[in-house]
Amino acid sequence: MVSFLRFLINGISLGSVYAIIALGYTMVYGIAKMLNFAHGDIIMVGAYIAFCAMSYLGLPPLVSVLCAMAVCTALGIVIEGLAYKPLRQATKLAVLITAIGVSYFLQNTALLIWSSNPKIFPSVFSVGSLKLFDGNLVITSETVLTIVANIVIMIALTLFTGRTKMGKAMRAVSEDKGAAELMGINVNRTISLTFAIGSALAAIAGVLLCSAYPTLQPTTGSMPGIKAFTAAVFGGIGSIPGAMIGGLLLGIIEILGKAYISTELGDAIVFAVLIIVLLFKPRPRSTTSSPTASPSSPLSPARR
Amino acid sequence: MKFNKALVAMILAIVMVMGLCTAAMAEDALKMGVIGPFTGAAAIYGNACKYGAQVAADEINAQGGLQVQLLCEDDEHDPEKSVNAYNTVMDQGAQMIVGTTTTTPCIAVSAVAYEERVFMLTPSASSAKVPEGKDNMYQVCFEDPAMGIFSAQIITENSLGSKVAVIYNNADDYSTGIYQNFKTKSEELGLEIVSETTFTDETTDFSVQVTAAKDAGADLVFLPIYYTPASMILQTAKGMDYAPVFFGVDGMDGILAMEGFDASLADGVILLTPFSAFSEDEHTVDFVAKYQAVSGGETPNQFAADAYDAVYALYNASLAAGIDGSTSAEDACEKLIEQFATLQYSGLTGDMTWTSDGKVSKLPNAYVIKDGGYVAYGE
Repeated sequence: MVSFLRFLINGISLGSVYAIIALGYTMVYGIAKMLNFAHGDIIMVGAYIAFCAMSYLGLPPLVSVLCAMAVCTALGIVIEGLAYKPLRQATKLAVLITAIGVSYFLQNTALLIWSSNPKIFPSVFSVGSLKLFDGNLVITSETVLTIVANIVIMIALTLFTGRTKMGKAMRAVSEDKGAAELMGINVNRTISLTFAIGSALAAIAGVLLCSAYPTLQPTTGSMPGIKAFTAAVFGGIGSIPGAMIGGLLLGIIEILGKAYISTELGDAIVFAVLIIVLLFKPRPRSTTSSPTASPSSPLSPARR
Repeated sequence: MKFNKALVAMILAIVMVMGLCTAAMAEDALKMGVIGPFTGAAAIYGNACKYGAQVAADEINAQGGLQVQLLCEDDEHDPEKSVNAYNTVMDQGAQMIVGTTTTTPCIAVSAVAYEERVFMLTPSASSAKVPEGKDNMYQVCFEDPAMGIFSAQIITENSLGSKVAVIYNNADDYSTGIYQNFKTKSEELGLEIVSETTFTDETTDFSVQVTAAKDAGADLVFLPIYYTPASMILQTAKGMDYAPVFFGVDGMDGILAMEGFDASLADGVILLTPFSAFSEDEHTVDFVAKYQAVSGGETPNQFAADAYDAVYALYNASLAAGIDGSTSAEDACEKLIEQFATLQYSGLTGDMTWTSDGKVSKLPNAYVIKDGGYVAYGE
């Protein structure tokens, strides 16, 4: 029983990281209707920036996270402007392939700048741990922090898309780009803003990911990125609460699957879940979401 | 379309920087192809080999006499790209190959090189499958089975643990190969394995594997894996207040060189490796200094030392066989096969001789990590 609890907590911790990454995927998909496969690599860049700020410049952790967020926000806007904006009218496939290209570009640039030697992320958020059941159940401060950050971000995002003018513009663009434009919403600026928010979230996700799993190398973001994409699809891509639930469930399924079925099949189980969800739930899990939203959830794709 | 030009310019710049490796050298130099992953997830191993080989070539060229030219090609740890890289260096006139760095590509390339009669000496592709059935494929590193067997013997002889847990990478031939032979030898020696768990290259969370070892009551955890996942396992175990003896193999070497790594996590870890950058003998100290100059300040690991030895072993054998820059790759291959039967070379990773099936015989050393350095085991 204690070991089950332990696995559950590890699962929630891992799932919370997936959830924050999935939020970025879902935001961008919900509004720009594109899968930003470079999202995982922005996470990696965010983690490196925070690492450099802490290790080389000696900045305090919180300032470092803000630095990483600023750099990633700028990076997100630049990438969107250079690589995606010119393709706004192109086929979805072209945008998807461009996103994959951006992903490779970021990975290899990181390789040139920071080299392939893994760096160990400083455990700045480690302020001791909670021990229960004679030390059989250990809850680290990173775990608690990740979960809290996850909840705060989700609430903030839901409020933002529901209550603010920019958020409403986002929802409008998500519902119908053409109509939104006719109503005087600057679609390009709205999409840029989405990328900015998504990338800032990626920076936070990068720092949290590396606090919990401290090895940092240029490929750090790619696998969590793909898993988080799975989580976003699992929760109904485009839906903010869906991404959070999807991420948490995926983390728990991964850890419990490894613990009770087989460590060899851990990843296979995760992706099998994706296939099953896609088979039986071809339409996005809709709308049981936010109290603030109108009938449709804030970012759910347009109803047909 | 301005941004396109900017992108192209940036990409070209990157390509040019990567191309610096093949610096122009004398026409009649001995040409060695160096193939390994210089980019991608396994780049750390390929770059270590490249820089290690570079140090050896620089030393040789500074001495005068027969010069060495390295032709480096990236294979991104991909068998197909590795064969392409092989074709590229052969087109550039390579006479022999130092490589390839990683096992899976090496198996693919050595099959082609066997047909075309090109001599290959890999610094680090340690699977038994690499030289199998090929008379022109040799290794500088230990073969995986040998590592597994050595480990089981040392653990038993020194009673380091009675209940052993193994965590290995089942997506990796190196790790699986060591594990299988460790298991066979352990059964023979009566060493009890209480937990066996696996992971893959992409795994970030090791809580399940470490919990399994802890719950099974293991007092020794055998880690036949590379140091990056090993560092995560040590961190996870510390988080659980679990402190068994950790026993690693040569892949563990390099853990202390990771930037930001808390060396106290590795305190007491025992590892078997033919090379230690902390060793105080003159040859190693000299190599470490030169390597740091070439690589921009990084500490060499075992891959770097193996590549350094590979270049020297090929160079010595070439001198003895009378191979120079004008010998064809095919002739060089037959002469080198003949030479390696009797070649004795003492390098950074020990005193080496080779058997006719391409395996090296040398002895590993056991080290204990203490205060951020290596101490020979038993001292």
